[in-house]
Amino acid sequence: MVGTLCAPNPVVDFGGLRSTTFEDCPHPGPVRSVAKVIDVRNLSKKYGNRVAVDGLSFTVRPGQVTGFLGPNGAGKSTTMRMILDLDHPTAGEVLIGGVGYRRLPDPLRRVGALLEAKAMHGGRRAYDHLLWLAQTNRIAKARVQEVLEMVGLADAFGRRAKGLSLGMGQRLGIAAALLGDPPVLLFDEPINGLDPEGILWIRTLMKGLAGEGRTVFVSSHVMSEMALTADHLIVIGRGRLLADTTTREFIEANSRSYVRIRTPEPEHMRDALVAAGIQVKEAPGGALEAHEVEAVRIGELAAANGLTVHEVSVQSASLEEAFMRLTGDVVEHRAERGQR
Amino acid sequence: MNAALAVFVSEWTKIRTVRSTVWPLLLTFVIGAGLGHLFGLTFRNSFSALRGDFDPLFATFYSLTLGQLALVVFGVLIVSSEYSSGTIRASLMAVPRRGLFYAGKVLTGGLLAFGVSLVTVLVTFFTAQAGLGPYGISFGADGAIEATIGACLDLTLLCMFAMGVAAMLRNSTLSLGILLPIFFLGSQGLGNIPKLRSVTQYLPDQVGMVIMHIAGPQTEPRWARDYGPWTGIGLLALWAAAALIGGYLVLRRRDA
Repeated sequence: MVGTLCAPNPVVDFGGLRSTTFEDCPHPGPVRSVAKVIDVRNLSKKYGNRVAVDGLSFTVRPGQVTGFLGPNGAGKSTTMRMILDLDHPTAGEVLIGGVGYRRLPDPLRRVGALLEAKAMHGGRRAYDHLLWLAQTNRIAKARVQEVLEMVGLADAFGRRAKGLSLGMGQRLGIAAALLGDPPVLLFDEPINGLDPEGILWIRTLMKGLAGEGRTVFVSSHVMSEMALTADHLIVIGRGRLLADTTTREFIEANSRSYVRIRTPEPEHMRDALVAAGIQVKEAPGGALEAHEVEAVRIGELAAANGLTVHEVSVQSASLEEAFMRLTGDVVEHRAERGQR
Repeated sequence: MNAALAVFVSEWTKIRTVRSTVWPLLLTFVIGAGLGHLFGLTFRNSFSALRGDFDPLFATFYSLTLGQLALVVFGVLIVSSEYSSGTIRASLMAVPRRGLFYAGKVLTGGLLAFGVSLVTVLVTFFTAQAGLGPYGISFGADGAIEATIGACLDLTLLCMFAMGVAAMLRNSTLSLGILLPIFFLGSQGLGNIPKLRSVTQYLPDQVGMVIMHIAGPQTEPRWARDYGPWTGIGLLALWAAAALIGGYLVLRRRDA
């Protein structure tokens, strides 16, 4: 794989001095505001013998959407919870603008988060849920109505949380994250269970927030969604860092495109292509795959040689495939365990 | 200080905006004052059958042994509903200093429990006297004021004990499943078995009974406890402190 690839970082212990992995994994792009940077350093989490997060190090920067990608069970939610100081790391630390989450004064004004697991009482009205949250961080009451309108829940403010649809509940969770107008935002699997309209809304929202210069860190197990939303990707599998690269580099490195050709005369076509110095492979179903060539050139060659073609089309290997290749060993591991 | 006040205000909002934490408070009052009146009436009508050592304060505050159950439910719910609903994650994201969050919750719940206890105990005193009619007493009677203050403290401390237990167990069903049987068995069942009484008299629901005059006549060896009224309240304060400290240690250590 091309791009900025980071090998999984072992936790190196020099008599109590851990090596910070800031330099292990260089990031492109300038840091616009240090106060908005999430710095994950050598983070590990063990539950008994099971290692959920294994020496993870990366930096999330402002002004872009950073996708946090990995199969289910890769340790994304655990990492998110450790960033927010909900779960205690077994080793390592997370700094937000140079400070641990616990030391942030009025943290809702610094960091907003939507967690995958619901974090609201079903019997409490939407407005009241936001009200008590606002009170903890001395956020003006007027802001509650403002964020409710922002997420399109202005009419549902008096509804109890358990009466809200999945999408509305998600919007309420996002309203809670936006309550303190924070420069750093975390979204854990925000599109889970949403309809296409909701997905589009969240995608637009996240891009808008990043466009305002905020740090937006969003986890997902759906590669194609991240390809559309994220500018930068952090890919993990089994708690380890697999890739830390821009989305464009990830796609360029992983989406091999080729031209598929269907013809009643495959032998002649192949000879013509080889003669022109083009790489050809036979694909299943009698089709031919021509690599590193424009479709136009194939058409011209066919015409010049008087060959009949039924199809000349550009094909791309899906990103989903690339993602599965990258995280493949994790999936295999899970499948093995499932068979027992 | 400002941050502490903010937590206090938000915890109050949490309590008043959910029905399941408002109802137990109302129930405490209704059961205490309502049953207090009924018990008063019952004792008045059967007074001829009662012996000379009849204690009007027993008839006055006996209903609180049931009213306190609702207050225990309140104490459990304000803590454990954080875990059952997942609100704990939002709470700790908003107030990541766990000691501050916990102190705010305990203080809010405790003050509210004290307010409700005060109103309930005072009103119960008068509804019970109304029920007792000619056998009723006034605040001037021997031990009446002490019993009233003691009852307020007893109910408040029991509620705080329940909060601590719920913070340790982080689960409403488990907390109530352990607490309610103790409270029933202690006062209604096991407490009456003489051999067990030397131990059960120290259970949290028992230690406040002496000051409330509902432990039976202390002059009779059959009912006498090994501690006095204020020592009993002191013991309950220790129970509550132990449970609350245990709850804090669990909250500090565990993942949310």
